[in-house]
Amino acid sequence: METPNLNYVNQLAGGDTTFKNKLIEVIKTEFPLEKAQYLESFKAKNHKLSAENVHKLKHKISILGLEKSYKIAEIFEDNLKEGSTRDYEKFDTILETITRYLKTL
Amino acid sequence: MNCIIIDDEATARTIITQLCTQIPNITLKEEFSNAIEAIKYLNQNDIDLIFLDILMPDFTGFDFIQTLKNPPKIILTTSDSKFAIEAFEYNCIIDYLVKPITLPRLEKAVQKVTAITASSKETSVKETQDVKSDNHLYINIDRRLIKIDIPSIYLVEAKGDYIQLKTETKNYTVHSTLKKIEEKLPDDLFLKIHRSYVINIKKIVDIEDNSVLIKKDVIPVSRSNRPELMKRLNLL
Repeated sequence: METPNLNYVNQLAGGDTTFKNKLIEVIKTEFPLEKAQYLESFKAKNHKLSAENVHKLKHKISILGLEKSYKIAEIFEDNLKEGSTRDYEKFDTILETITRYLKTL
Repeated sequence: MNCIIIDDEATARTIITQLCTQIPNITLKEEFSNAIEAIKYLNQNDIDLIFLDILMPDFTGFDFIQTLKNPPKIILTTSDSKFAIEAFEYNCIIDYLVKPITLPRLEKAVQKVTAITASSKETSVKETQDVKSDNHLYINIDRRLIKIDIPSIYLVEAKGDYIQLKTETKNYTVHSTLKKIEEKLPDDLFLKIHRSYVINIKKIVDIEDNSVLIKKDVIPVSRSNRPELMKRLNLL
């Protein structure tokens, strides 16, 4: 499993620590909400809504530099759109990795 | 260039806002987490550019575009490149950015908008000049285009979403705005004397206090427009 990083955030901030901290706070606030929404939709077997939730989470995955995970998320989103839950374990692992990483920030 | 952001994701809005601060000719006026709020804002404000997310709950970016009569330029921002083909169906969509957005890519998109805006302004000025020199105007009445001799128009009155055009021979009610017709009428002949009236100054019969008699219509002159009216008259 690849490791999340702040390369994109640092590049975006360009040394502006205030902005960097602000963005990290926004991600730390928003990610758990999006994750919870996804888990709820998935539990309710609402695959269409789950796909939309995964779509939204993809942005956070890419911001944290998880390129391979982004591709897994894309495939999982497509699977959900077709009514399949294939690869959900892989996606869960990605979410857990991000959750752990955000706690270190 | 005045712009707004429409994206239900706070992270995306934070990033685009930060990037906009680094592009000189961009002024970020407002950001919205849903398209409905943005529609209300656009009804009351002039915006040149929208950074628009596609997948939002209830109301997608494409649904939003379809509600706009005269959409400003739009740069789509999305986590998915799969909508690119659909985006080509809309003339107002200038570029398509896949998240996470970088500064060089956003700058390139804004440059495209600037170039297209400049080009369409040139065309619009030329078209207006052509129309003004032609002395005729075509109005759309019940799907018929009726030719109007511009000097025969003596009064244009705003009536909600319509304007009433009064000519020597006939009156017409057209779905348009006073602002639009003002652009089509020659400045040396026509003058806006009130927020609801544009008159042909050659057809004035007399002026009394704050009103003008034009044909048989008595039209109010607003205080702010009176000096310009007086300047345009051949006063003894």
